[in-house]
Amino acid sequence: MLQYTAIALMMVGLYGLLTQRNVIKIIISLNVLEIGLNIFIISIGYVQDGVAPIFTGVYSTPSVGFVDPLPQALVLTAIVIGVGTTALGLALAKNIYNKYGTYDLDEMKEGQL
Amino acid sequence: MKRFLAFVLVAVLGVLIVLSLNSNSLFVPYGETDLANRVSEEYIDRSVTEETTVIYGESIDLESGPANTVTAIVADYRSFDTLGEVTVLFVSSLGVALLLGTLSSERMKLNFKPNFMLKTGSRLLFGVILMTGVYVIAHGHLTPGGGFPGGTMIASSILLLYLSDDSFRTKVKSFKALESVAGSLYVLLGLVGLFLFDYFLVNFLDNGVLGDLFSSGIIPIVYSLIGLKVGSEISGIIDHFLTEERV
Repeated sequence: MLQYTAIALMMVGLYGLLTQRNVIKIIISLNVLEIGLNIFIISIGYVQDGVAPIFTGVYSTPSVGFVDPLPQALVLTAIVIGVGTTALGLALAKNIYNKYGTYDLDEMKEGQL
Repeated sequence: MKRFLAFVLVAVLGVLIVLSLNSNSLFVPYGETDLANRVSEEYIDRSVTEETTVIYGESIDLESGPANTVTAIVADYRSFDTLGEVTVLFVSSLGVALLLGTLSSERMKLNFKPNFMLKTGSRLLFGVILMTGVYVIAHGHLTPGGGFPGGTMIASSILLLYLSDDSFRTKVKSFKALESVAGSLYVLLGLVGLFLFDYFLVNFLDNGVLGDLFSSGIIPIVYSLIGLKVGSEISGIIDHFLTEERV
């Protein structure tokens, strides 16, 4: 069930990317898409009644049933890269606002330099 | 009309993805994952070639020492990937500096005047958040967390000071120096492994007992360097967003 929710979240992000004309809203849509994808990847590694893959005093051997650590490690990478792209996109948006005085792509006119 | 078309396209794509996942025999339904069929089993057992049993607080000199298996993957088995990941973040902070940087910059004015309570309270909270970040970085190989979340916590403590006081400004140049030193040390640590030991970024120190604070060789060092680098990079990005060109 969680996986279908994640796919639905991805589709919401894609719908936002296709329809929105505001630069900030486009970046938010990109983030929603990315979060949906991250949830989907993590949900692939879930084991029923599994615990976080960390050896502690309570869960001291692998026999307790850890969840898959590999998707989590990959999502850690994906989150960091998502932060990088978001920061770069927001910097571009700030420059656009300084130049045109608006965040809306439709309101920017070519002669308005 | 455009919205309707986009909705139809997205709905068709979603249904296609769900159908293709359900008809694929390799796709495991939620919660029915069997780790015995996956490579992650070897990561948890800390041995790619042999059958071993890992016990917390007893196992000595494993293939990879951290109690946190995600850390073992990120900072040991796939440390080279993490170096690339840190580089991506570095390039993005470089891009932000290129887009927003100016020769002489000053703080952007906030819309309110911070009062005494806000200034003192944020300075108190700053220490707490900073110490939490340092703790998360230092225990990255034992508990959830590590260099990336800890570095972000350090940057969020800087963001708190920026938001609560509009005359506050960090020393951006020292952050840039810290970032360069941490990144270079990470590469140097890898090169030491390449030239004096087996391969790039090999864990050449003693792994110790699984679960000790001083264990798992170079991984706490690598994660501290990553934490410092991420913290200073994101602080630099925050500074670029909250300053403007001096007129």
